[in-house]
Amino acid sequence: MNDAAHLPRRRFLQLGAAVGGGLLLGIRLPALGEEKPAGSIGAPPEGTLAFFVRIDPDGAVTIGSPQPEMGQGVKTSLPMLIAEELDVDWARVRVAQMPMGIQRNTEGQMSWLHVGQGAGGSTSIASSWQPLREAGATARQLLTQAAANRWQVDIGSLSTEPGAVVHAGGNRRLGYGELAAEAARLPLPTAPPPLKAPGEFRIIGTPRPVVDAEDIVTGRARYGIDARLPGQVYAVIERCPWLDGRLLTVDDKAARAVPGVIDIVLIEGPAAGEPYTVLASGVAVVASSTWAAERGRRALNIRWDRGPHAKESSAGLRRRMEEALAASDGQVVLDEGDVEQAFAGASDSVEASYYVPYVAHATLEPQCCLVEVREDGATVIGPIQMPAAASRMVHQLTGLDRLSIEVQMTRLGGGFGRRLTVDYVAEATLIAQQVKRPVKLQWNRRDDLHHDFYRPGGLQQLRAALNDKGEVTAWRQRLASPSKYYRRDGVAEDGMWESELYPDDPPRRLVPHLRLEYFAMQSGMPRGSWRAPAHCANAFAVQSFIDELAHRVNADPLQFQLRLLGEPREFPYEQHGGPIFDTGRLAGVLRLAAERADWGSPMPAGSGRGIAGHFTFGGYCAYVVEVTVTDGKLRVDRVVGALDCGLAVNPNHVKAQMESGIHDGLSTALRLRITLQDGRVQQDNFDSYPLGSLADAPRVVETYLVDSGAAPSGVGEPPIPPLAPALTNAIFAATGQRIRELPLIDHIDLA
Amino acid sequence: MIQFSVNGEAVAHTGDPEEPLLWVLRDSLGLTGTKFGCGAGLCGACTVHVDGAARRACVTPVKTVEGQAVTTIEGLGAQGLHPVQQAWIAEDVAQCGYCQAGQIMAAVDLLRQVPNPSDADIERLQTNLCRCGTYTRVRKAIFRAAAAQGRTPATEGES
Ligand code: FES
Ligand code: FES
Repeated sequence: MNDAAHLPRRRFLQLGAAVGGGLLLGIRLPALGEEKPAGSIGAPPEGTLAFFVRIDPDGAVTIGSPQPEMGQGVKTSLPMLIAEELDVDWARVRVAQMPMGIQRNTEGQMSWLHVGQGAGGSTSIASSWQPLREAGATARQLLTQAAANRWQVDIGSLSTEPGAVVHAGGNRRLGYGELAAEAARLPLPTAPPPLKAPGEFRIIGTPRPVVDAEDIVTGRARYGIDARLPGQVYAVIERCPWLDGRLLTVDDKAARAVPGVIDIVLIEGPAAGEPYTVLASGVAVVASSTWAAERGRRALNIRWDRGPHAKESSAGLRRRMEEALAASDGQVVLDEGDVEQAFAGASDSVEASYYVPYVAHATLEPQCCLVEVREDGATVIGPIQMPAAASRMVHQLTGLDRLSIEVQMTRLGGGFGRRLTVDYVAEATLIAQQVKRPVKLQWNRRDDLHHDFYRPGGLQQLRAALNDKGEVTAWRQRLASPSKYYRRDGVAEDGMWESELYPDDPPRRLVPHLRLEYFAMQSGMPRGSWRAPAHCANAFAVQSFIDELAHRVNADPLQFQLRLLGEPREFPYEQHGGPIFDTGRLAGVLRLAAERADWGSPMPAGSGRGIAGHFTFGGYCAYVVEVTVTDGKLRVDRVVGALDCGLAVNPNHVKAQMESGIHDGLSTALRLRITLQDGRVQQDNFDSYPLGSLADAPRVVETYLVDSGAAPSGVGEPPIPPLAPALTNAIFAATGQRIRELPLIDHIDLA
Repeated sequence: MIQFSVNGEAVAHTGDPEEPLLWVLRDSLGLTGTKFGCGAGLCGACTVHVDGAARRACVTPVKTVEGQAVTTIEGLGAQGLHPVQQAWIAEDVAQCGYCQAGQIMAAVDLLRQVPNPSDADIERLQTNLCRCGTYTRVRKAIFRAAAAQGRTPATEGES
């Protein structure tokens, strides 16, 4: 992810004059999921430099936020990095969402125009930390140089205060706005500008509210669903509810007779077994309003072929998982020491299985997209997490030159991984090509729950050997699951495990004999990334099992886990979130959560505390959950969380993401599952897929941050995985009931 | 023709009388602050006020608001931010923000019914769903707004 560091500096900083005599500064850095420029990045075409930092003559500062904002707070935290080093007053900074920028060099290679764009894997902060600060520092240095030239003094005698360059000796001061035009004409510095020491930060590390807060509370903030273009029409699609099913016949006479209905467009389904473009075959109704389109849809008379998975059901998949685990060994993913031998010689061994279901993303804003396809280009406006993927998809479907495809990212009404894919962009494009007008495609909730890239469910079988000192000597973990790499381009069958198991997760290197096995299950369900992907299932299994082991040897679960983690050590970590896993930092968050929750203090009968911690994508998070079970009914009273994400750029949002992980983790663990019966998804709306409500939310939620001094890592995902096991461990502490399957609602009543 | 008012202005709807108020607001009137989340009265993203009471616009056929006064999020703060909106900013509630217009409209109605709500009141009445899990701050913002509304108008603007 760090290619930018190897590019010549001149190539990734661009400088230009703003219209009206200001300063513009653009930078580049790579982003997740985009083509990496092979070797060189050409200079941007003359005059097309888009702003990244803009300083107007009146001193107004605009900072472009390149990444899609879906609630993770990057539209605030990324500009904070620039503002810090630029040395401006945050209250005077305006933040603008940047559209996608790409360019083509003389050899025809595509690359980013200003900066890699796209969000996923909790990478935005980590990959932006250095380059965005350098961008800010470069702008500041240019402004300072401009002042030095103006005053004919040495640059070393100048300093800045927010928004101005000052000359202490001469008692002189010039606002950035007065210097911007001159600064824009200076050559870029060749050496990286010096950056502030953390002790000098005025903005980074201070809690800042969401930059769009006022727009959001007044209804002015623009989401994909709010996009408008002149002359637009509205479309909805009736999709085949059976996985990979096909359209047999459609009678659209009644639909076409509905007032306002303009056209009917058939959408061909995905090719069997191939990577998805769209998720299902469908019949689109295009109309003058969303409601007219919806009425037309209801009047369609369709016969579907039920396709190749019409017999698949969740119960059957579960049975197949059990059979697979019972029948044979799986694909060996990791084998260290001699597991068989260790089990044979162990004084005790424990085995348990854990199950998680498929779940859906259910972004509160259902999928939607506005697309206009013209002879000479296209415009795409929507809740887009991966703008380049959207651009590639439109290019693939229309043949239009990618430079003529404009992609605008609105705010996203939630992401959680759903919008890493662009199937809804493809659908809107296919319809827009037919009707030759801007088309606003709108999904409803049923569409969204029936057609998702679901997080795979799976069955994990864990076995551990214990010696007479109560130490874990061997560990075998076998996972049967349908990999999320299903129908991904270029993933071989024997690489499917890579999306579901992270071999460097603990207890690797903490237990001498260790084996991981994978059983790739077949399923027709579309699968994809869901907030912290497989970490949720793995943390649930591993952190529950460690709790079980602790109880087996009559040890305190916290002490047992700390003993397992041992002295603080750094281990190599080759999966996403590496290159290092630090046992000390995981122990640190466990200790902090425990201390703040008063771990070990007595609790009333029927109440209990559980603890769990996990390392996810560079961040360490632990929770203590307190529950009460009265008359068999569960109430979650309190959650105390600790997070070590390195330096917290905006502690306010880091805490917000922890709260989000707590509520999402709880909501998902309590009631959520997607099930399949006869090849179709059974959940239709929030009654059958009941997201947690405020009434479920614990009244006491406390979040604490560890100031570890490490460079910042992303916070969108680490706060979710440890919540579920902390919760089930608490239920065990309160009642002695060990729940090894999610959602909990099957096993315990909720108060 | 169905006549009613939206944010104080008279409007007339000539289309399908069964059309949900939500789509009339969004598609015909261009008031996009009111959001669509489920279309079934389950999530509250579409919450508006009809004659001052919270109503889920996705399950409100437009014919049922004939002669009534509809207020949307755009109208709530038209004379300066409402104390509930101010509380939402002060507690920095929003994550993706998509549910928040509905949350705010619901909270205004909650405080109309129960000016000094308890935790249990909030749990019973604030039933809007938030996929991002902002509930801890929604709760705090409601308490903050309740406190602000209980004060004299002179101190109301403080946040
Ligand atoms: S959209 Fe109306 S309640 Fe969900
Ligand atoms: S803030 Fe995203 S749904 Fe509530």
